[in-house]
Amino acid sequence: MPDVSDFILKLQRRRIEGSHATARQTAELLRSVISQTRMPYTNQAAALLDAVRAVGEQLIAANPVELAVGNIVRRVLHIIREEDLSSSAVSFEGLMISEKSDDEDDADHKGGPVLSAAAVAAAARSTLRPRSLQTLLEDGPLPAAPSKSSSAGDSEGKSKSDKSAVGKRLKHSVIEAINLLIEEIDDCYEDISEQAVEHIHQNEVILTLGRSKTVKEFLYAAKQKNRSFRVFVAEGAPRYQGHVLAKELIQKGLETTVITDSAIFAMISRVNMVIVGAHAIMANGGVIAPVGMNMLALAAQRHAVPFVVVAGSHKLCPLYPHNPEVLLNELKSPSDLIDFGEFSDCMDFGAHGGAPLMHVVNPTFDYVPPNLVSLFITDTGGHNAAHMYKLIADYYSADDLVIKRKSTSSN
Amino acid sequence: MDLRRPNRPVIGPKVRQVGFVTPDSAAATSSSSIPAVSAAAAASAGSPPSSLSPVMIPPPRHPSTEMSNPHFHPVGSYNPSEQILGSPPALSPSRSSRFDADGSDFGGDDDESVALSGVGGGMTPKSSLLMCQPVTKTAPLVSETRKRDSNASKGKGEGPSAAPKEKLTKAERRATQEAQRAAKAAAKEAAAAGGAPSVSKQPKPATKPATQQKKDIPSGSGPLQPLAPSGSIEKKQGKKEVAAPHPRMQFDDMTKVGKLKKRAVVNQSEARNRVELFRHLPQYEHGTQLPDLESKFFQLDLIHPSVYQVGLQFLSDKISGGNARCIAMLLAFKEVIQDYTTPPEKTLTRDLGAKVGSCVSFLIECRPLSVSMGNAIRFLKNRISSLPHNLSDKEAKSRLQSDIDRFINEKIIIASKAIVEHGVSKIRDGDVLLTYGSPSVVESIFAYAHGIKKNFRVVVVDSRPKHEGQGLLRRLVERGIHCTYTHLNAVSYVMHEVTRVFLGASSVLSNGTVYSRVGTACVAMVAHAFRVPVLVCCEAYKFHERVQLDSICSNELGDPDAISKVSGRKDLNYLDGWAQNENIQLLNLKYDATPSDYVSVLVTEQGMLPPTSVPVIIREYGIERLWT
Repeated sequence: MPDVSDFILKLQRRRIEGSHATARQTAELLRSVISQTRMPYTNQAAALLDAVRAVGEQLIAANPVELAVGNIVRRVLHIIREEDLSSSAVSFEGLMISEKSDDEDDADHKGGPVLSAAAVAAAARSTLRPRSLQTLLEDGPLPAAPSKSSSAGDSEGKSKSDKSAVGKRLKHSVIEAINLLIEEIDDCYEDISEQAVEHIHQNEVILTLGRSKTVKEFLYAAKQKNRSFRVFVAEGAPRYQGHVLAKELIQKGLETTVITDSAIFAMISRVNMVIVGAHAIMANGGVIAPVGMNMLALAAQRHAVPFVVVAGSHKLCPLYPHNPEVLLNELKSPSDLIDFGEFSDCMDFGAHGGAPLMHVVNPTFDYVPPNLVSLFITDTGGHNAAHMYKLIADYYSADDLVIKRKSTSSN
Repeated sequence: MDLRRPNRPVIGPKVRQVGFVTPDSAAATSSSSIPAVSAAAAASAGSPPSSLSPVMIPPPRHPSTEMSNPHFHPVGSYNPSEQILGSPPALSPSRSSRFDADGSDFGGDDDESVALSGVGGGMTPKSSLLMCQPVTKTAPLVSETRKRDSNASKGKGEGPSAAPKEKLTKAERRATQEAQRAAKAAAKEAAAAGGAPSVSKQPKPATKPATQQKKDIPSGSGPLQPLAPSGSIEKKQGKKEVAAPHPRMQFDDMTKVGKLKKRAVVNQSEARNRVELFRHLPQYEHGTQLPDLESKFFQLDLIHPSVYQVGLQFLSDKISGGNARCIAMLLAFKEVIQDYTTPPEKTLTRDLGAKVGSCVSFLIECRPLSVSMGNAIRFLKNRISSLPHNLSDKEAKSRLQSDIDRFINEKIIIASKAIVEHGVSKIRDGDVLLTYGSPSVVESIFAYAHGIKKNFRVVVVDSRPKHEGQGLLRRLVERGIHCTYTHLNAVSYVMHEVTRVFLGASSVLSNGTVYSRVGTACVAMVAHAFRVPVLVCCEAYKFHERVQLDSICSNELGDPDAISKVSGRKDLNYLDGWAQNENIQLLNLKYDATPSDYVSVLVTEQGMLPPTSVPVIIREYGIERLWT
């Protein structure tokens, strides 16, 4: 598939910036992968899962640090599982209805009131998804929606064992769910920024580091609600994206002060709230964020300033980090930090027995441990760091956490 | 007085001419000026003696004392004679020159107009005598006539003396400052000694352009003399507190800033879009003052060239770092002392103190003093004022010079050697040492440790906008030390491997707070979070009994443009053209305060101590023992 190799190349060359763009493009790619997948007559869901897994594995390998790719692949796998379950429930009901006429005595073994397809779907869903307060509450109203589809399925199920129709329906519903996912990724800014007024009060002083589109939209939204507040922007060396953010904020008429990263500690004592974006949120509530964030979080903790992370749900990663500062990091070119021309003599590899005396370290990301984060604001609302694993469990199925091993075992 | 009176009309104009052109001819007048000044000083001693420490300038007077000034007639009555001498107490005429320079201010300032009206009423007869120009007796017109006078006399041309008016007034302002300082020092002396112990110095020949002379010349300039009668001294008294910018002056006090501006040598223009939280700190547009100051070089003859040079180097950031700045300043002062000759009928202790004071205020205008410099100045002034009076000029000068040398040697050079020895004892083989910026002491610790074949690696953390770490990196690599270079944001990435953090300090305050290059606090905080010991290396002469909790109340602001432009990264120009937008403010802090709990140990020449022991060091090894 040319699309896939193109996208892999882009990921490898780091042509795609930001987890939002990556997530969106990954979802689009997987959608086209699914639509191009030939559906076998049996075990269609497994076929789709395998296809997505095969592509997903390559994508993740292309840029293991861009966790959004893995997140989206897992989300799509989860969607396939969910859709498969609900459609199998439908077909199961269809079968049941057809079988009902054949042997009536089977009914008692199914339980008194005949299990509706919806109930089966809900049960399947709850096996797929660990129990949580949300799903408990959903259990009531949930059957209503599938029952409609099942009634639609009824009529189709009546036409009995039209396997290809079921297969098409699975594919179709998966693609539709992925469309919803893409929509969700696009809408996450609005969903998050809707909550801005709940968190920003009049005359607040907000500090942020680097540039995050989510933070920008969040601040815009508060500004639109006529909250007047002041923003300190730490420039975020070595990319200096803070300058871009500052420019965007002053265009909207926000009072903005640009500070150097080194002045963070000096200024944090006069700040009411730190609002930052993230690269990824790990299952333990830790945050992978642009470099410098750990320093900022420590300073915020020192002065008891709330440290708020705003991130769309596509940044929720179901993995638990191990040594993330090193393993989930990326070292960039030293040219951001020093002038090669100026230091060419110091960087001479031949001069000192092969090993240079000078190393330049230019990491991209920082890991902020969960205890430093006061609040996560995602498109589903505000969450505590300790609650992130639950939230994450809503989006991913446990079987997909490790994509690689699964795919090798299934292959 | 009567004897001298006849001289007056002759000398008056002459003096003026001389003031701006040929110093030699001024020599004659200079001698006469001295008694006047000392007398004025003695008189001023009558007013509540202000305890003038060189670094701390007395707090502003209460209005009540200012109110009392107009009734200070003994002084006033004394003054006219000085004017008659034609070499007025350096103070008064120049004060009036200020008035005509800033004629517009005149009406607005109540105190001054009151004083003037007194002047106009009381003194006009004499002034008219002096000037041979009719001076109206009504107060409001005084300033007008004064202007006319000055213009007229300039117009008359006295040849080369007709300097452009602006320059003239600036020079005169300078003179005012000088004179006020002299008077102040004298007052202090008088208050302390209870009488002016006059050691008669043999009048110096005019070959050397004695600074005092120069001071007097512009002030003696004709047109202004008559108008600076008793009132001028009163004003001087009132204005004392702004003679030099207070090291911790609050720049949000508009009246004070205004006053300061008028007398500033360095023409600093205020930066736009200042950060609200830092209104109390001076922030200037950078790059504008240098050419201006250069063009003024020949008028600022009160400033010794070496001080001038050091000032320019401070201004352009050619010299930075606490020790380097302090040594540069002290060496400049040494040259000042070398070239100093006590003006006739003055005492070295008083006059030199004032002289140094004027140099210091020039340096402050170039860049706020660091604590270390403040302490060094305190030391020097102490030495000057404690000189025995019976010393000859030569002895006194050589003694002061050796004092300065001793200070540089003991407090800075030997102290840092002691620190190096202490610091090296904390480096083990296999250590990874982190440092931030380019602290000179830490650099020598690394160099020494490398010299004694310790096996270690250095992580140099650097930050915008000055990138001082690159210089350190280069020097360390050239010595053959393994280095890792990174920027401040990545400090938590590298902190895992680090075993010791060595930091420098601009000063250590009494509550253990380490006041240092901005970003130091971040490094110390991250090290603290990673349980890595933080060693702050600091000479004891940088200790100060002040306390500070945050980095905002007292700090220094750098050039805001350095923020919007990323040096060496031409691709980053996001803020081009936006820096002047009213909504954006660029903050370039220079220092920050590291809380004492992030500091594991302070390495000083007195040994290694916890930050809680700073007050003990300050008390036990006290200021007196440290500075004398």
